Amino acid sequence: MAALTSLTLAEASKGLADGEFSAVELTQAHIGALEKARELNAFITETPELALEQARASDERRKQGNVVGPMDGIPIANKDLFCTEGVLTTAASHILDGFKPTYESTVSEKLKSAGSVMLGKTNLDEFAMGSATVTSYYGPTKNPWRGKSDKDLVPGGSSGGSAAAVAAGLCLGATGTDTGGSIRQPASFCGIVGMKPTYGRCSRWGVIAFASSLDQPGPFTRTVSDTAMMLQIMAGHDPKDSTSAPFALPDFAAALTGDIRGMKIGIPKEYRIDGMPDAIEKLWQQGIDWVKDAGADIVDVSLPLTKYALPVYYIIAPAEASSNLARYDGVRYGLRVDGDSLDEMYENTRGEGFGEEVRRRVLIGTYALSAGYYDAYYLKAQQVRKLISEEFSKVFETVDALLTPTAPSAAFAIGEKMDDPIAMYLNDVFTVPSSLAGLPGISVPAGLDENGLPLGMQIIGKAFDEESVLRVAGVMERQANFTAKPEFSAGEAS
Amino acid sequence: MALDRETVRRIAYLARIRVPEDALDGLAGELSNIIGWIEQLNEVDTEGVEPMTSVVAMEAPKREDVINDGQYPDRVLANAPQADDDYYAVPKVVE
Repeated sequence: MAALTSLTLAEASKGLADGEFSAVELTQAHIGALEKARELNAFITETPELALEQARASDERRKQGNVVGPMDGIPIANKDLFCTEGVLTTAASHILDGFKPTYESTVSEKLKSAGSVMLGKTNLDEFAMGSATVTSYYGPTKNPWRGKSDKDLVPGGSSGGSAAAVAAGLCLGATGTDTGGSIRQPASFCGIVGMKPTYGRCSRWGVIAFASSLDQPGPFTRTVSDTAMMLQIMAGHDPKDSTSAPFALPDFAAALTGDIRGMKIGIPKEYRIDGMPDAIEKLWQQGIDWVKDAGADIVDVSLPLTKYALPVYYIIAPAEASSNLARYDGVRYGLRVDGDSLDEMYENTRGEGFGEEVRRRVLIGTYALSAGYYDAYYLKAQQVRKLISEEFSKVFETVDALLTPTAPSAAFAIGEKMDDPIAMYLNDVFTVPSSLAGLPGISVPAGLDENGLPLGMQIIGKAFDEESVLRVAGVMERQANFTAKPEFSAGEAS
Repeated sequence: MALDRETVRRIAYLARIRVPEDALDGLAGELSNIIGWIEQLNEVDTEGVEPMTSVVAMEAPKREDVINDGQYPDRVLANAPQADDDYYAVPKVVE
């Protein structure tokens, strides 16, 4: 059954439609792979019974001629930040011990209604705060790629479990969330496609909040056209999220024309940073040549405030987090650690329930919002954010998309950068600026570095112009012809 | 600006997070480093710049002010560490 786990989502969809295999067979193959891949620790919760029940229902619908769409019967996984009715939802935090939501997030509900089969909930950095999936209460996830390294590598983060699961052939697609790069950077580290849509494109309702003005759900898949297919289902207006965009959805798959002739692709010079590995520099140039060969016009552009994006992010995201995470008080859900007074109970619960990185960020956020410091930090950050956003708008008056590396390095070893928070934050140097501006971005696997590890290229587009992003990504994918496979695949170590 | 041990103690209390005494100095160092790094924002001239308040240019949606959800206290309380009848239960607040 190994072959069933190496199909693309589109191939599996066709196989189901042609009756080559059933949803139950497809699901069983993935459950088998998942069981053999436990050493990756990609999942916090596996839901094989639920998956088989959903697969049987899908086969029944197909028999009756009631297929609900191309993802009917397709096994996927959800980042454990999406609330799933009756299924443990942890945000990889001790503080949500035992939390079984009594409702379903809009995005996971849409995927469910589209007939997809949920294999389980994937690992992440605690409350999505991290770039390596190492801050999870449930332990780190291993990257299925190892390259020439003799150490276990991180899958990136925060959506590292989803990225590892898709890369290792444990599911055909997975959901993630991206606040400052948490879909794109792990996609780059794991050699798959990951897309952060425009802020507002996918509903945040039922997604455990980290930084509400930045959080955005998006898909992980192994191909660009699979991403278009999955995004089509995940996206759309939701009245339950007041920041959800009330716009009709374009046909994302139709955007993949393969034709980028005459498109203007901007190359921002500030993304060429000191200390960037040669392999990334070279691959970026290669990517520029690829889109040029395909008929696009290359335009050198400048985004001078790029270097301030990370410090802006590390005020705004912790400030919003300190406010969002106030709800974990030991009263309504999850962990409670008793105390003699209500205040003591709060302090004990939160002291024990939050891990170190979450504590660090909540404290920074609390400090930045506290009396006397609000103007100096939070207001200042919101002003610089405005300028960064305007800088992008100006550049997009002359170009259709931007092409940059996704991350400043390939996957690194588990345990590295752990004692230096700022070194860890720098992982997101190329993804945070577009997050601050709410723009759509995608990471496409483009090549391997000298150690045999995957590297992604990022394409950033105008707000609500996912179509251009996907179109360029499709061409990039074709030109790169990335066929390398991770050392650990479909549950079989090679 | 460097944060001292007392500042960390104060913000930890504001955030209602118990921080062990022996962790205060370490945290003060870490947070000072991060705040120091963030202060490079002072290099940017933001005179007269409106702070960004919404990510995408969009009017805040409005709806009728009516009750459109609720009436299922059992579902609301299903995950409570401690509940009593239709209420959350917490340590005694008033004597």
